[in-house]
Amino acid sequence: MNDVKETIRQFILSAHLAGESPDNLKDDTPLQSSGILDSLATLGLISFVEQQFHIELDVYDTSVERFDRIQDIAASVVRKRAVGALPS
Amino acid sequence: MIARHLADYLEASAARCPERNAVVDSKGSVTYSELNRQADALAAFLVSRGVKRGDRVGVVLPKSIQAVVALFGIMKAGAAFVPVDYTAPAERGRRILTDCQISALVVDGRCLGVIPEQDQAGTTLATVVVVGAFSNATAPASPMTSFEAAVERSDGRGGPTGPPVGARRTADLAYILYTSGSTGMPKGVMLTHENALSFVEWCSSVFEPTESDRFSSHAPFHFDLSVLDIYVPIKHGASVFLISEELGKNPKDLARFIASNRLTVWYSTPSILMLLLQFATLDAREVPDLRLVLFAGEVFPVKHLREVQRRWPSPTYYNLYGPTETNVCTFAKIPSTIPDERDVPYPIGFACSHCASLVLDEDGREVEAGKEGLLYISGPSVFGGYWNRPSENAAAFIDRSGVRWYNTGDLVRWDSAQGFIYAGRKDRMVKRRGYRIELGEIERALYLHPRLREVAVISVPDADSGVKVVAFFSCHEGDAPSIIELKTFCASKLPAYMSPDRFIVERRLPRTSTDKVDYQALKAAALPPAVV
Repeated sequence: MNDVKETIRQFILSAHLAGESPDNLKDDTPLQSSGILDSLATLGLISFVEQQFHIELDVYDTSVERFDRIQDIAASVVRKRAVGALPS
Repeated sequence: MIARHLADYLEASAARCPERNAVVDSKGSVTYSELNRQADALAAFLVSRGVKRGDRVGVVLPKSIQAVVALFGIMKAGAAFVPVDYTAPAERGRRILTDCQISALVVDGRCLGVIPEQDQAGTTLATVVVVGAFSNATAPASPMTSFEAAVERSDGRGGPTGPPVGARRTADLAYILYTSGSTGMPKGVMLTHENALSFVEWCSSVFEPTESDRFSSHAPFHFDLSVLDIYVPIKHGASVFLISEELGKNPKDLARFIASNRLTVWYSTPSILMLLLQFATLDAREVPDLRLVLFAGEVFPVKHLREVQRRWPSPTYYNLYGPTETNVCTFAKIPSTIPDERDVPYPIGFACSHCASLVLDEDGREVEAGKEGLLYISGPSVFGGYWNRPSENAAAFIDRSGVRWYNTGDLVRWDSAQGFIYAGRKDRMVKRRGYRIELGEIERALYLHPRLREVAVISVPDADSGVKVVAFFSCHEGDAPSIIELKTFCASKLPAYMSPDRFIVERRLPRTSTDKVDYQALKAAALPPAVV
């Protein structure tokens, strides 16, 4: 879980917050609702998360309520990966 | 029929094909006859509350059937509509609606924060028509009416029927579109019925729409691309498919929307087509009816345009060019196959038949073919002026032999085979995702931050997105605000497309010998080091 959060944090810092101190981007910092990520940046983050963690996110996973904080995004990733790992 | 007013198009189509679907939104559809009836009822309601010919009426609504009813209802009442971005901070909308002194407002119940405060004389709005639920706790002094009540069948209410009578003049103001202003205050581009009609008629002759066309409407109504999206299909009795702000942000769903509604005409900025390319699967088999792809608002990098055309090979592609002030004034047809070796963007092409063009240098002398100069446009689609901005109006136009020419501020070169080739700008206006941004408006917003001492905003070219906006700043004593804090601050003052991509703190900003901010030095500092 912490690895996932750190990967997402590093991506946001390098892609959209060049020069920001990593300590300021907390697990519960609002991303979309605060204006840190606009719609285009959010699409980029969705795409990064899908490729990086080999999962697919749907409309439900990427709603503002569920995709607004690093902790919630990471929780979705962990949940999706657990489902993907189940024997079919 | 020769239309003299944008509402004439709706009325003629309502008479010719009353049962055909005029507008489709995410919740349903409306026929021509019902759209016209609701617009008549809203017009009668506005007139009954005191809205007069020449008044301005604000529209702050998501893209919806109600919003289209509002535009036509306001115009039928003889007034001009002023569309405001309902997703932008309310304070910006309030400044716009205060600037043009609206007398009434049609607004979403969640956006009541945009209602202007009473003026010094204590004047309030004649009426506020509210779409959707609203809380009385936030209700202003102005009388509020629900949209449903304002458009209800007039026979059930005993009120007037049919559109308000009164002469319709093509020179009347139809709408005011606000664009970014260099001093920080958005400026209102005033467009008359004649301005819009001449452009719509040109679209008819070139794109030959029919009743069976199904048009996309991607652009928000405060953006001038929407003029084609709305009035061209309505003139021809075709259907308009409104793409909500939410859907517009989701490329996968948007691609499905284009396919499932079997759209025949697509019009958007290149940014949206690039977004579809990047995040969705564009499959030609899903869009067998798509016959036209129109794009405007910014330069389309040719490698991405080529890729869109490879995925959707059958439609005809056009690059349309024109600032809000002129409507579309030049156009270029893109060849059906873009050569692999082409790497320069397509030109903006030749003047439309309703426009005349001229290229002049800074001293007003005509520039020979192949040399860069400023593009001037004249003709019936050129706006009358900016709302209440006499000095900017004086600077925007020149007179040559009794003809009024608008200086677009865009640098072009003429080539007899290709037409006009766009070459950039000399001022501080940039295009980002098709939106016009005056860098000065971003600076003004940032100066409102109490800890910032100096601010300078520049743009630098970017291979992927076209342009990046970079804000340099220095601070008063103490800690600098974090980048997260500045981004959040911008989101509270500016539309999302204006928020800088990067913030760079400096101890103090570089100055020229005359003590002005040295923008050239900042540009050099913001560019990535050249690859040797």
